[in-house]
Amino acid sequence: MREEPIRESVLEDQQHQAIRRLAHGFELERRDFVKLLGGGVLVCLCASSGLAQESGAARRADSAEKLPDSIAAWLHVAEDGAVTAYTGKVEMGQNIRTSLTQQVAEELRVPVSSIQLVMGDTDLTPFDMGTFGSRTTPTMGLQLRRVAATARAALIAMAAERWKTDAATLVAADGKIADPKTGRAVAYGELTKGQKLVQVIAENPLLTPAQDWKIAGAAVAKIDGRDFVTGRHQYTSDMTRPGMLHGKVLRPTAFHAKLAALDSSQAEKMPGVKLVRDGDFVGVTAPDEYTAERAVASMRAQWDAPQQPSEAELFEYLRKNSKHEDGAQHVSGSIQRGLAIADKTLSQTYTVSYIAHVPLEPRAALAEWGGGKLTVWTGTQRPFAVRDELAQTLHIPTGQVRVLVPDTGSAYGGKHTGDAAVEAARLAKASGKPVRVVWTRTEELTWAYLRPAGVIEVRSGVRNDGTIVAWEFDNYNSGPAAIGTPYNIPNQRIEFHPSDSPLRQGSYRGLAAPANHFARETHMDELAHAVAMDPLEFRLKNLTDARLRAVFEAAAHKFGWGQQKSSPTRGLGIAGGVEKGGYVATCAEVELDPATGEVNIRRVVEAFECGAVVNPDGLRNQVSGCIVQAIGGALFEAIHFANGRILNPRLAEYRVPRFGDLPQIEVEILNRKDLPSAGAGETPFAGLAPAVGNAIFSATGMRLRSLPLAPNGLPQNHKEGQ
Amino acid sequence: MTVTLLVNGAEHRIDVPADLTLLFILRNELNLTGTKYGCGEGQCGACTVLLDGKPIRSCRTSVAAAAGKKITTIEGLEQNGRLHSVQQAFLDAEAFQCGYCTSGMILSSVALLNSNPNPREEDIIRFMNGNVCRCGTYPRIIAAVQQAAKRQG
Repeated sequence: MREEPIRESVLEDQQHQAIRRLAHGFELERRDFVKLLGGGVLVCLCASSGLAQESGAARRADSAEKLPDSIAAWLHVAEDGAVTAYTGKVEMGQNIRTSLTQQVAEELRVPVSSIQLVMGDTDLTPFDMGTFGSRTTPTMGLQLRRVAATARAALIAMAAERWKTDAATLVAADGKIADPKTGRAVAYGELTKGQKLVQVIAENPLLTPAQDWKIAGAAVAKIDGRDFVTGRHQYTSDMTRPGMLHGKVLRPTAFHAKLAALDSSQAEKMPGVKLVRDGDFVGVTAPDEYTAERAVASMRAQWDAPQQPSEAELFEYLRKNSKHEDGAQHVSGSIQRGLAIADKTLSQTYTVSYIAHVPLEPRAALAEWGGGKLTVWTGTQRPFAVRDELAQTLHIPTGQVRVLVPDTGSAYGGKHTGDAAVEAARLAKASGKPVRVVWTRTEELTWAYLRPAGVIEVRSGVRNDGTIVAWEFDNYNSGPAAIGTPYNIPNQRIEFHPSDSPLRQGSYRGLAAPANHFARETHMDELAHAVAMDPLEFRLKNLTDARLRAVFEAAAHKFGWGQQKSSPTRGLGIAGGVEKGGYVATCAEVELDPATGEVNIRRVVEAFECGAVVNPDGLRNQVSGCIVQAIGGALFEAIHFANGRILNPRLAEYRVPRFGDLPQIEVEILNRKDLPSAGAGETPFAGLAPAVGNAIFSATGMRLRSLPLAPNGLPQNHKEGQ
Repeated sequence: MTVTLLVNGAEHRIDVPADLTLLFILRNELNLTGTKYGCGEGQCGACTVLLDGKPIRSCRTSVAAAAGKKITTIEGLEQNGRLHSVQQAFLDAEAFQCGYCTSGMILSSVALLNSNPNPREEDIIRFMNGNVCRCGTYPRIIAAVQQAAKRQG
């Protein structure tokens, strides 16, 4: 299965120099594959062209020999009626194990509890680019619905054949095919007994419209929820294997450092400790984590590090080291003409800091060599990419690597790479035993990658009646996601300038959408102020997108926008936008203490629309979680660094949102059953920071143009217009 | 040194270096992996367990300091297949996303309700401020604690 080339995914790959992966076939030998699944109905996508031409037609597989060489299995209905579905996506808290299972259950007409969803296993699941870009719901959800609908049609056809009746008269419900005319019914398992039917995914299977959903669209409780409240769920960092050792890696004192000298004599004397040195890579294995840590701590290493840019010069550095890329520019109309007819023009610069994902489960991997194969369990968003990374770094064929992703302790875009996996595999290879590597929080905050810092310059022109006539937007380094404007502006020039980042950077929830929304929606507020218009009215005047207007109006209505007034201690702000098929509008109320400069977000109302809702409870959890997490980047989160070193690599020094930072949160979901479902794990993040910044302005007249807005409270001696 | 640990009603005698953390022993020696490592600094609360009913950060507690005291971990809350009322409330409210903070959140909540059976929202916020949920499910956790309080009361 080759995933459709998706704009966001490609952008994401390009932006972060990730290696684009090719689609690969199913890795198991076909005999093993048949043995593994037994009889029943298997729905797959077949790579062999002969079969593909028979698309839609069922094929009897009387023996293993007749199975195609390369197949990607998506769904299996076993002889006992058990349903197994397969997806390369991974669960890391976004609740897709549940929402995807719901969609299979809906189309196959079986209860959720009868389905096992195998996720993120490179040997068992079809190739997948990765779990990012809010693609699970629109792409994978639809794919699994097509797969399950194909299986349903096959089962109906089997029953029709058995009863010698017209398939169109039969009904699938609750794991059975029933004939309403005669009252007879047969369970799926009974129907598939003794069968080995390989069914190719139909081109256009009959999908159930969202208006008729019974299982999808409902607030189905999280699958395996009980395992999380009992501590029974095994994350990668909890897993063990017989004879397993623990691995630790010696970290350089600065980025890009070279190992000049190493005294590891102490470590090598410790019982059970084995030293592994491979170029600049130095690691140990030990029978327990404590010993491994002590062994690494005992080493005396000398590192030679080059001089590197520091935080103080960051934004100048990003601008200086940026490049113009042909085709990276969006132009419509003429900026010059736009500015010429404007009554007022405005030019401002916005900046965003590097921030860290801080997934509560740090990077972890457990690697085991055996049976001519390397098997790695690891919490990653891209199991297939990590498989390839392992094959490349360890110089073995891809077919000899299997990556499995246990449901993971969050990622937020921060677990695209296989860092811990590679380390564990290298150490396991040297020790001949399974090895687990779990990063410390300090390793996470230092050696994982960060949300890119960036500089955004906006130049605009507006007529006195509130019509925006010119819009220039240059983003340096932070990224191209959501860089466009949803407002109707005849003259635009918008460009993303990639730059040389002093720190390792990569994906983050929403990519650059929060940064670009911050710049755009803050600037919109500035323009509204310049023409003395209400910020909501100003936006709506320049906006025809009905879906975006709807969320703005819904949020404003629930918030009581226009019915309350700002005061020097209480500010109100609004912001919104559209990205990845999701529409968001956020209203924020902040409370300010002029004496101390303290900022508290008191209330947030957010309206969100992402088409037909698959699981309303899971969706609310995602939207609310986005708001809470966004508070950090909006108000106080920032990575500090100097000359190749992170200055705040501990949780005591890197502040994340806590209970005490919590505003009253109200989420308004607009359920559009008439529209395709879109993802929801990222876009609800984007409105918060500008809404809060605009609220601070409405109270104080202080325009804050850098994220985080108030890491130490409001800046003192800040004059308006600065 | 040899220490005796009373974990979830069972007695364990173990021979370990005295400076080892309770978290290390729970996870590695006793295979109680429901207690999580999150930061090793006592900042995130993922490693929270109860020591004589009080919530402590097991990553900052030496095994010597825990010796002889009653230790409760997430694995010790369920009784005869029946969830503790706080576990049930977390499950009902779906007060988690990735679930990695959940053990620590539940144990802090149990400790809170032991000392204050009827906490107001601000009591919950103050008491739980040392527990981080990076997925941001705080509002549901507050609701779950209130729900559990109702059920216990």
